Amino acid sequence: MPIQLKRLLPLFIIFIGLFLIVRHFLVPDTFGQYGHYRGDALIDNASRNLVHASKEDCHECHSDIQEKLENDMHASLSCLVCHGPGLMHVADPLAENIEKMSGRTFCGRCHQLNAARSTDMIYQIDIATHHTEKDNCIECHNPHEVWEGLE
Amino acid sequence: MAGAVTLSSMLDTFNVLLYAADPPEGEGPWWGVGIDISKCIGCGLCARACKVENQVPQEPFYYRTWVEQYTILKDGTTKVESPNGGIDGFDQSVEEKDIFKTFFVPKMCNHCAKSPCTQVCPVGATFESPDGVALVDDKYCIGCSYCVQACPYGCRYIHPEKKTADKCTLCYHRIKRGLDPACMEICPTGSRIYGDLNDKDSDLVRYLKENVTRILKPHLNTGAKLFYNALSQEVS
Repeated sequence: MPIQLKRLLPLFIIFIGLFLIVRHFLVPDTFGQYGHYRGDALIDNASRNLVHASKEDCHECHSDIQEKLENDMHASLSCLVCHGPGLMHVADPLAENIEKMSGRTFCGRCHQLNAARSTDMIYQIDIATHHTEKDNCIECHNPHEVWEGLE
Repeated sequence: MAGAVTLSSMLDTFNVLLYAADPPEGEGPWWGVGIDISKCIGCGLCARACKVENQVPQEPFYYRTWVEQYTILKDGTTKVESPNGGIDGFDQSVEEKDIFKTFFVPKMCNHCAKSPCTQVCPVGATFESPDGVALVDDKYCIGCSYCVQACPYGCRYIHPEKKTADKCTLCYHRIKRGLDPACMEICPTGSRIYGDLNDKDSDLVRYLKENVTRILKPHLNTGAKLFYNALSQEVS
């Protein structure tokens, strides 16, 4: 072996050794567990905090409303649609901490006339002209029993 | 003979480019999404719930999911609107007499099986999970935004506070706990569904059997797993 290679060889070995040592400390343990990424990232993503409750949480206490809704136009709705995320209320059910959204703008999100809404899917009215003498839709329509007392 | 074996083993690497998305071999679910355009009423609650659930910045431009209204006019032009991503609802901006056809299109991550976004990440901070969800590792992301450019569906953004890439996780923290993703929990008409493509009894597999569905930009061969029903050709 030529003398110049002999002299460089230890240097190369030191550099490769250093690289391996640094790499050992920089690459996370779970990197490559499932693929070219940190395996713990799956746990990080899965362990984020919930904000929204689920319909089932609501039904645990409010089975009376669940029964009403099952036979009503709003049967497919989750309680969260009008009552907000609701997880605070699940944690502390006795406090007044649940939203009760209503009114022309809110109900109009779904029920305002729009050519893009299928009439098979949803009843629509023109919120600008529909019973303008009333302030809030829920004066006539109980969201839990939409047609009750109207006919 | 040896040459043929070598050649076939070399071409094997490119199989992923040649064939449509197949579920990976192995146990467990492989999640996909279905959106039924004929059921969407454009209330925008999905976009709102998503921002709340995932702490997405409230100002416009940052969306993990949003809703667009397509209006095809009688003169043949197409108008696409998405005021604040549909979060505040929609007002019909074109008079009924000028409209040929109009409909809402909810958009979100397609959770592609061969996602362009995960392929370009230089540090391995974004990936497809073993159950088929495209995720971001925000502790590893360097915020170079290659993935934001690579996504053909515009589903990624750089989070203004974290300075890392952010996107729909199919509410990974919810589906892992057995709950529905926030947008699907709140959808009043059941327009959005998700399910396990490996499970022949799942809602999504039934939806795919019952409907004629299409994906967005099929020519890009991204292996998208977001299947739209009744989606017009104008949407790409």
